[in-house]
Amino acid sequence: MNDMVEMIRIEGLSKSYGDVAVLRNCSLDVARGEVVVICGPSGSGKSTFVKCINGIEPVQAGRIAIDGENLPSKPAAAARVRARVGMVFQHFELYPHLTVLENVCLAQIHVLKRSRDEAQEKARSLLRRVGLADKEASYPAQLSGGQQQRIAIVRALAMDPVAMLFDEPTSALDPEMIGEVLAVMLELAREGMTMVVVTHKMGFAKAAADRVVFMDQGEIVEVAETARFFAEPASERARLFLSRILTH
Amino acid sequence: MSGFDISVILDALPLLAKGLGLSLGLTAIAMIGGLALGLVIAIVRLSRFRVLALLAALYVNGFRAVPLILVIFWFYFLVPLLLGRPVGALYSVLIAFVMFEGAYYSEIIRAGLKSVRPGQWQAAQASGMTYLQAVRLVVLPQALRKMAPLMVTQGVVLFQDTSLVYVVSLHDFMTSASIVANTQNRIVELYVFAALVYLALCTAGGTLAQRLSSDRQRAH
Repeated sequence: MNDMVEMIRIEGLSKSYGDVAVLRNCSLDVARGEVVVICGPSGSGKSTFVKCINGIEPVQAGRIAIDGENLPSKPAAAARVRARVGMVFQHFELYPHLTVLENVCLAQIHVLKRSRDEAQEKARSLLRRVGLADKEASYPAQLSGGQQQRIAIVRALAMDPVAMLFDEPTSALDPEMIGEVLAVMLELAREGMTMVVVTHKMGFAKAAADRVVFMDQGEIVEVAETARFFAEPASERARLFLSRILTH
Repeated sequence: MSGFDISVILDALPLLAKGLGLSLGLTAIAMIGGLALGLVIAIVRLSRFRVLALLAALYVNGFRAVPLILVIFWFYFLVPLLLGRPVGALYSVLIAFVMFEGAYYSEIIRAGLKSVRPGQWQAAQASGMTYLQAVRLVVLPQALRKMAPLMVTQGVVLFQDTSLVYVVSLHDFMTSASIVANTQNRIVELYVFAALVYLALCTAGGTLAQRLSSDRQRAH
């Protein structure tokens, strides 16, 4: 591994559905251990952008490299690179037919080829860390949204990822559960995990982000250090966006 | 013809049981074979291999566009031609049923696979699973639960359809009943008995389908 290499390198990403461009020539480098928050109005393409980083959304143009390794366009080859990047979804996407423990072990066993014992040991130690050790035999439907999302984070962490992607991880949660999920994310950030987080939670951005990316209409409009972004956003569009969301 | 003579049914029971055995056996083999074939077709149709997906779609739409009785005829005459030797009515019928049911089951399975939220595919893919791993470990187990009632219902229809094998002179349950009815000249007894047997078995199937579908609702 080379410390000079960016952990995530995104160059000239473009994507469209028919005539509608959802991403226009987006480029972004994320350094090892850096936390980047992506914000912007809804429909700005930020969710699509983060899903392109590990290739689960195909793109028409652009290149992505994770830890110096190019993300291949062939799906089978991409799977190996993808396994190194954790992803957390807005709607958790835990597997409803499996218990919590099985959810956390599934990819460890079938993708990383870990033994069942090894996978379970890993799962249990991570579940303890997020305070959910007693839920390992539960099914996702029996848990609150906040608990499900913390387990989804654990499921991703169990793969020992080099980076984590979050797609609006708190948007589907009841307000009283947002805190517990953000706390886990904040702890991860402090431990030096490389993170790309799409969120509207500006409090999280201020507390954890090194830089903020502002997107609008499929474009990266502005990339700025967090303090600067909130104090004096360079673009008019970002100023407008901040004035709208910070008033409530 | 006087009164309702049960003894004629009792006398014919061995023959009727043999016919029922053929009907049930054919149903079982066509279900298992049809499910296996349908699964492959459904996965191919949903895959990114365009040409294969198109061929699979042609297969399904082709078989669904013709009546089963025609398919039975075709295979009865075609399979020996293709193999260059006679295979007997039973084998040609088995092949016809499996291929026909495969088309129907593939549609049920395809709908089941598509009913699983896209986010589940994405979560599986994001964790580094290949397409087939995502299908096998994440999507199919969820889809199967949703599909179970429809599959049983299709099995009931299939069981009724086995009566069509009379066209190639196989003696399924219905045909056996018909033979006894005509040779003994006891039409009412035999056809009432046949109806009762179909009613009992198909109602049992229907009840199973209903229970599976309410199980599913409770699980969510």
